[in-house]
Amino acid sequence: MMSLHTAMLVGLLAPLVVAILTPFLAVRHVWRDAAGPIGGVITFIAAVHVALAVLDGETPRLFVAQIAEGLALEFAVTPLGAIFGLVASGLWILAALYSVGYMRGNHEKHQTRFAAFYAVAVHAAMAVAWSGNLLVLFVFYEILTFSTYPLVTHKESALARNAGRLYMSILVGTSVVLLLPAVVWVWLSTGTLDFRPGGYLAGQIDPAMAPILLALFAFGVGKAALMPIHRWLPAAMVAPTPVSALLHAVAVVKAGVFTILTVVVYVFGIDFLAETGAADWLVWLSAFTILASSMVAITKDDIKARLAYSTISQLSYIVLGAAIASSIAVQGATLHIVMHAAGKITLFFCAGAIYVQAHLTKISELDGQGREMPWVFAAFFIGALSIIGIPPLGGSWSKFMLMVGAVDSGYLVILGVLGLSSLLNIYYLLEPVSRGFFRPKVKTVEVTSHPLVVIPPVLTAILSLLLFFYVDFFAALAKLMVIS
Amino acid sequence: MMGAAILTNLPALLVVVPLLLAPFSAVLPIAGLAWVLALVGTGISFLAALMLQSVTENGVRISYHLGNWEPPWGIEFVVDSASSLTLVVMSGLGFLATLAARRLVAIEIADKDSGKFYAAWLLVVGGLFGLVMTADAFNLFVFLEISALASVILIGMGAGTDRRALVAGYHYLVIGAVGATFYVIGVGFIYAITGTLNMGDMASRLPDAAGGAALYVGFGFMVAGMLVKAAIFPVHIWLPAAYGYAPSAVSTLLAAIATKAALYVLARIFFTIFAGTPEIVDIALSNIIVPLAVGGIFVGTIMAIYEADIKKMFAHSSVAQIGYIALGLALATPAGISAGFIHIGNHALIKGGIFMAIGGFVAALGARASLETITGIGRRMPITATAFLICGLSLAGLPLTAGFISKLYLVRAILETDSYVILALVLISSALSVVYLWKVMEVMWMQPAPARSPKLVENPAIYLPLWMVALGNIWFGIDAGWIVGAARLAATALLGGGA
Amino acid sequence: MIEQLAGSWNYIIVVILMMTGLFMVIARANLVKKMIGLSIFQTSVFIFYISLGKMAGGTAPILDGNPDTLYSNPLPHVLILTAIVVGVATTALGLALILRINEAFGSVEEDEIIAAKASQSLARPKRPTSEAAE
Repeated sequence: MMSLHTAMLVGLLAPLVVAILTPFLAVRHVWRDAAGPIGGVITFIAAVHVALAVLDGETPRLFVAQIAEGLALEFAVTPLGAIFGLVASGLWILAALYSVGYMRGNHEKHQTRFAAFYAVAVHAAMAVAWSGNLLVLFVFYEILTFSTYPLVTHKESALARNAGRLYMSILVGTSVVLLLPAVVWVWLSTGTLDFRPGGYLAGQIDPAMAPILLALFAFGVGKAALMPIHRWLPAAMVAPTPVSALLHAVAVVKAGVFTILTVVVYVFGIDFLAETGAADWLVWLSAFTILASSMVAITKDDIKARLAYSTISQLSYIVLGAAIASSIAVQGATLHIVMHAAGKITLFFCAGAIYVQAHLTKISELDGQGREMPWVFAAFFIGALSIIGIPPLGGSWSKFMLMVGAVDSGYLVILGVLGLSSLLNIYYLLEPVSRGFFRPKVKTVEVTSHPLVVIPPVLTAILSLLLFFYVDFFAALAKLMVIS
Repeated sequence: MMGAAILTNLPALLVVVPLLLAPFSAVLPIAGLAWVLALVGTGISFLAALMLQSVTENGVRISYHLGNWEPPWGIEFVVDSASSLTLVVMSGLGFLATLAARRLVAIEIADKDSGKFYAAWLLVVGGLFGLVMTADAFNLFVFLEISALASVILIGMGAGTDRRALVAGYHYLVIGAVGATFYVIGVGFIYAITGTLNMGDMASRLPDAAGGAALYVGFGFMVAGMLVKAAIFPVHIWLPAAYGYAPSAVSTLLAAIATKAALYVLARIFFTIFAGTPEIVDIALSNIIVPLAVGGIFVGTIMAIYEADIKKMFAHSSVAQIGYIALGLALATPAGISAGFIHIGNHALIKGGIFMAIGGFVAALGARASLETITGIGRRMPITATAFLICGLSLAGLPLTAGFISKLYLVRAILETDSYVILALVLISSALSVVYLWKVMEVMWMQPAPARSPKLVENPAIYLPLWMVALGNIWFGIDAGWIVGAARLAATALLGGGA
Repeated sequence: MIEQLAGSWNYIIVVILMMTGLFMVIARANLVKKMIGLSIFQTSVFIFYISLGKMAGGTAPILDGNPDTLYSNPLPHVLILTAIVVGVATTALGLALILRINEAFGSVEEDEIIAAKASQSLARPKRPTSEAAE
């Protein structure tokens, strides 16, 4: 077995190597397209290795450079980071396969550039997951933004460019103006930026200032898409679907909520937040975001736009878990990172598969198409059920834990919010499926078969199912997070 | 014993080599040779500065007597850890600017003028080094004028591409001359009180001398004069036009090193010459310099937001950045002064790189760089534009760049003095600076180039030195130990009293 | 009071010259007049330094062997020699620039130059730099 050190190096560098090699491998399209999935497998093996070590109570570390006192360029894997690393690398394998099918089936241009930046984005996501302190996290958070810009504007149309501009201005703007000062604030008041179990801000900052610092983090992390800084996410949907699937359902947005969870658990400390009530406002804001974006989702006819608003809503579940700041809620939020990733990537894969095979983008056009593409619609159905939180699918665990957490901490209203949101979910996520299977066809389209875009969603749907039965591994990691 | 002779004469070498090479350069008929002379001159200076830095690292203070005349009769050069750090920064960036100058000058300056151009270039560099080292208050004025007059010539040479350079040069000449004369008046008063021109002697005699009003007047004139030279708000008005219309190579050189020398001299006036009379220094710093610095930060930033010409935009931004340096120095705490010194070094790296890159754009475009002409240039000149992006990120203060280290230490120094209002203002201004940077980057990277625009040629003679500077920005953002340590020593040396 | 003023009449002249010069630099729109103002301003400083070095009743500082001889301080005078050189160089450079400005803009009036440069300069063809500056 490889040493932990090597595993971390491999996990961080494999995507980067793929990115660097891609232009050279482009002489043969097969080589170039194989690089992504192979890199994904290698990265995933490294991530599993690291996660197992974390489960054994270790903290794998990789030291790069000392910048100044109390500021190091260092990677260190927390249990939360191990989970995010697993999710990002594992889903990259399927997403890489899928994107080959999608890009080829769609005859997209600049496939090499696309593949290269895709890998860079995964590299940045892995580095965010395994970052050893807030500074490293911030740096790779930014690199993640920059590397996804060429992907968002891939089509090079005026629409794509405008979306890219909105994307960059919100994500870069909030992070530089709010997140960076928050990071500096932590450093100035504590002299460190490390992540420590149980957090370390208690006693270091004035409890009256804690809500302000938390607000700088919550709004500075634009990737968490908390309202009112959620606009970039629907805009980013102009990107090719593999980008929406891996990045805007998994890597990028999860990097956002991951940052918030990390800050809450390892910097503030949930006890400190719970005692001071500093996160109280965030509970209500995230509850508002959950409901409001669900309402907006209902009004969207474009599949990807509806999924985008659903993502905004689901991300706020995770923020909500962090804001409730109880042990069980935080664990639920962490599990929701995994469950939502598997579910939402399935939905996006399906949306892309429908587009590639039948060139449909509107929900109202899906009537009766279920019989044409049964596998795709079945996968969509399972993914949707998981996100709604119906057993026996993975999503039910995390929602259940979030509800328990809300009740434990006395937020009974939140219980109602979660219930109402689930009802809304049922409506807007199952509508495409019911239309597909139970309505007569309104539009006859020629469906071409592309197995490479159908197999990945089926696999992720199965994964959602398996996550219900094999949740122990992630649950154990999540439990480690809150034991200090 | 040649080696020993060179070692003991290092401080003189630093000034003498560029000054001596200048007349040779002026009469050389071949542009390339003149450039080689300039490169040799700045290169030797850089090596000498590095050696001086390594000697003074342990707190050693070198006192060099020009022509072996004992001070106070002769002129004394003093190199301590404060001046050696400044020298390393200035000579290093001077050397890199010279490297990049070859191609920029070949494009913007007529061949037959190149000799004179490099002559003036060497005079600027040599004069600025002298300015930093000299411990003689009047000799300082002479170096000040050597570098100022030579800079005016360099700025005026921008008339080849834009006639407004002449007016910019003229204004700099007049305003600079008034500033220098103010300084001389101040020196006259202090001389009248103390009877010496040596800074160390001035410092030791001032506390006992019954100065009275003359002390205040002398101090005021000296400081006011140097404020002009350092381009501190509101006497910064010469700077945007001067940097904006000067030839690209000159903008690079001046933006990287010129005001740094004046800022260093200001620090010397406050903490060396008037070390014995802290009461007036404290009043001046906290009541005048700090508000002016903050004012400059805001004026510079806001002017930059509304500027469409790229060179002038970053010239305005220089005014703001000089404000940050001045603010750090004016805090007068060890942390504040080291933050000032850190930013002297890092800002030289940032602005040196930015103006080099703009020079590259101008050279390729054959037109002034404005928000219009650089539209979509990220795709047309990726190598140059990427380096520009790195320097821009550094200016914004993103982690892993040198600019982040500057901001971090400045904020910490401000926090130590419990001045929360200033802290808030600095943070707001820093957020505002993102606005103009965003404007430029958005135009460069996110807008399509005009239809049928040809691919632009990127010249390695420009982008190689540029990338050295850009990588420097990253290097000193990751390994900040050297500059932080050196700046701390510099602060100790400055505050340690005496010359 | 009068006596005191009379005793330092040279300083009064210094102040008057200084203010005159500075006023011209700031207030005059004509570039040549600005230069004249600058020269007057600098000259006032020369007089200031020379006055500093002069001792009442002192003679030129040449040793004559008599210990009772009162000498003037030569140092400020020497300094001012340097300052004069700098002043001359400044004036020369300023006038050279004015010549070039006059060629390029057809005027040495500041307001006219400012009015001109906004409209025309960008369109102007590249001119040889030979006489850019001396």
